[in-house]
Amino acid sequence: MDFDLTEEQRLLQDSVARLLTDRYGFEQRKGFMASSEGWSRDIWAQYAELGLLGLPFAEEEGGFGGSHVETMLVAEQLGKALALEPWIPTVVIGGGFLRAGAEAGLRAELVPRIAAGELMLAFAHTERQSRYDLNDVATTAKRDGSTWVINGRKGMVVHGDSAGKLVVTARTAGGQRDARGIGVFLVDATGPGVTRRGYRTVDGQRAAEVEFSGARAEAVLGNPEDGLPLVDQVVDETIVALAAEAVGCMQVAHDMTIDYMKTRKQFDRPIASFQALQHRAADMLVQLEQARSMSYFAAMGVEERDPAERRRNMASVKAQIGRSARFVGQQSIQLHGGIAMTMEYAAGHYFKRLTVNDGMFGDADHWIRFLANAGGLVQAA
Amino acid sequence: MELRFSEAERAFRQEVRDFIAKELPKETRDRMIAGKSPTKQMVVDWQRKLNAKGWAVPEWPREWGGPDWTLGMRYIFREELQMAPAPQPLAFNTNMCGPVIAEFGTEEQKQRFLPRMANLDDWWCQGFSEPGAGSDLAGLKTRAVKQGDHYIVNGQKTWTTLAQHADWIFLLVRTDPAAKKQEGISFLLCDMKTPGITVRPIITIEGGHEVNEVFFDDVKVPVENLVGEENRGWDCAKFLLGNERFGQARVGASRERIRRLKAIASTESLDGGRPLMEDPDFARKVTEIEVELRALEMTVMRVIATESKRKDKKPDPATSVLKIKGTEIQQMCSELLMKAAGPYAWVDGDPEAEGSNDIDVAPDWAFGLAGVYFNWRKQSIYGGSNEIQRNIMAKAFLGL
Repeated sequence: MDFDLTEEQRLLQDSVARLLTDRYGFEQRKGFMASSEGWSRDIWAQYAELGLLGLPFAEEEGGFGGSHVETMLVAEQLGKALALEPWIPTVVIGGGFLRAGAEAGLRAELVPRIAAGELMLAFAHTERQSRYDLNDVATTAKRDGSTWVINGRKGMVVHGDSAGKLVVTARTAGGQRDARGIGVFLVDATGPGVTRRGYRTVDGQRAAEVEFSGARAEAVLGNPEDGLPLVDQVVDETIVALAAEAVGCMQVAHDMTIDYMKTRKQFDRPIASFQALQHRAADMLVQLEQARSMSYFAAMGVEERDPAERRRNMASVKAQIGRSARFVGQQSIQLHGGIAMTMEYAAGHYFKRLTVNDGMFGDADHWIRFLANAGGLVQAA
Repeated sequence: MELRFSEAERAFRQEVRDFIAKELPKETRDRMIAGKSPTKQMVVDWQRKLNAKGWAVPEWPREWGGPDWTLGMRYIFREELQMAPAPQPLAFNTNMCGPVIAEFGTEEQKQRFLPRMANLDDWWCQGFSEPGAGSDLAGLKTRAVKQGDHYIVNGQKTWTTLAQHADWIFLLVRTDPAAKKQEGISFLLCDMKTPGITVRPIITIEGGHEVNEVFFDDVKVPVENLVGEENRGWDCAKFLLGNERFGQARVGASRERIRRLKAIASTESLDGGRPLMEDPDFARKVTEIEVELRALEMTVMRVIATESKRKDKKPDPATSVLKIKGTEIQQMCSELLMKAAGPYAWVDGDPEAEGSNDIDVAPDWAFGLAGVYFNWRKQSIYGGSNEIQRNIMAKAFLGL
């Protein structure tokens, strides 16, 4: 039992923190958000410099060789800064698919480009009817000679507008909600048959509606007849990053709230002197610490070899993180009062990101329901 | 970062589990599964078995019989006892007074009291709270006046758990009423057979007799029973409270309750004949607790990891998180267990008595579950109420 970081891990954490402290203040972030892409290419180049874009790839493939702990450390820092760049879609999700589903030749071609910051990826899986069900896939992929042809429509493709390539789930066989018969394909986002409409999401990030009409896949990732286990694995790995990002957001939202309580005066004294507010702040801290514990657990629980058990682990993570994020986010607004309702003030932006973070790949309610149906976490006596 | 227990610790867990399986009497286990407190004799017999094994006093220094376990091993030991379920070594002896004597006591005090404490030859109880000093413990008023080689103690203690079994009581008394609140307090050891002591039962809402009022009327306590320096008893009190490292997280106890709950809810059926556990609302409530319990378990692991490296003995404010969440989870477990029993949870009876369900009016497993629910409301009150824990957090963590 040891929660200490290695020297390298501490260095990584510090260097990301330093970059973001120097270059990613709230005002600077506003500037990035207002730019045409909605995030910063300059900062992206800095990420490349620090090794963040090659983080999960093997060193011999041009990566950094990081484990889930490294993913957690970086994501937490990005969460603290509310970073807008497509790090999770490119490195964690796209990277996850490449690591677990791509041929070595494809990785040799793509990893150096990703690590250098030249290629962004996005995951096109959500459809109008699918909500959080990863097996609900109506988009089709039909074999045509040696390639696959994709038809269908994907929504809320996070950072889909800036991605060079899309990881697309498409049905190769079976009915719309069958677990089997789902393939995962790599598609050139700028190629023929792909139409994208980018937009901003409420948390200041970017997403796209993507239409595929006869788009040809560049590669198959994993087994085209049974790709859902691969999707589940990558989503579980992504939950490590989402959990840590949420913890970073919660930490800042909580710190801001405490600072504000100490300086804001009403009735001739700091509002921090009121016990009702102190207790609420203490409850926020309880929720934050429970979330942090589960973020650590995520980095361990995702390594479980049995996929069903791993999924249960990650469901419990997502459920706790979502519950905590809701409480900390809502209460950070409440304890600030009116100021946190304004667009100019940072607290609301943390709240918005926490809200979207909870929803990504299923909110707390979704995963509680899943766990309840899966028999929970504790065996009956 | 290594978030799993070591191989040695896992082997230790198995050793503890095997020992309990072999040595814990079935009647003790059955009684505890039913949610009743073990009898005095059960607690004494069990602690003597643990003591013979060298496991009765995990928190004590080696020279006084402590097994020199890591914090992780101490946690595993307690968790296994909770999950069995088996009685814990009597906290007043082993977690509270024993460590204080080992730290602050004289050599004579150590030799006189510690071995008997470890073997539960003497049953100790705690004389801290008073009618006017609950959450504000330092406001205590029980007076001790030195006369020759005795202190004369007058006053009243309350919420004294299991004083009806006790041979000795450790007391916080006021020896200097003129000093500031915390500075005039001393830590005394008092034989319960001393003339002038009256124990009056307090019956709690479920009908149980766990706690008592203890009255002191010109009770003579020899000066050699003072622990540490006169007027420095608050140091002992703080040390004692700081020993409560895992708070009242009681992860193992909650896990045992959830196992039980799920077993009951899988056989007990709803109106429609389906098992209660298949009701989505009920299943979701259970799952919510399971998720919180897993997070709490990881928080305990974090506290163990940081505490293992700390040199000072100050209480870690993170224990407040453990206390708040741990008791909330236990209270939810007790509530869901009661609800799982439906109307049969309502049968009243003496929760201490054996064979309370002799007249066979309810399924055995359902008997007393409402009583446990009512009784466990105490958890968010005792050991520093959950509101006091929030005050501690506001001060220590948040600087408010």
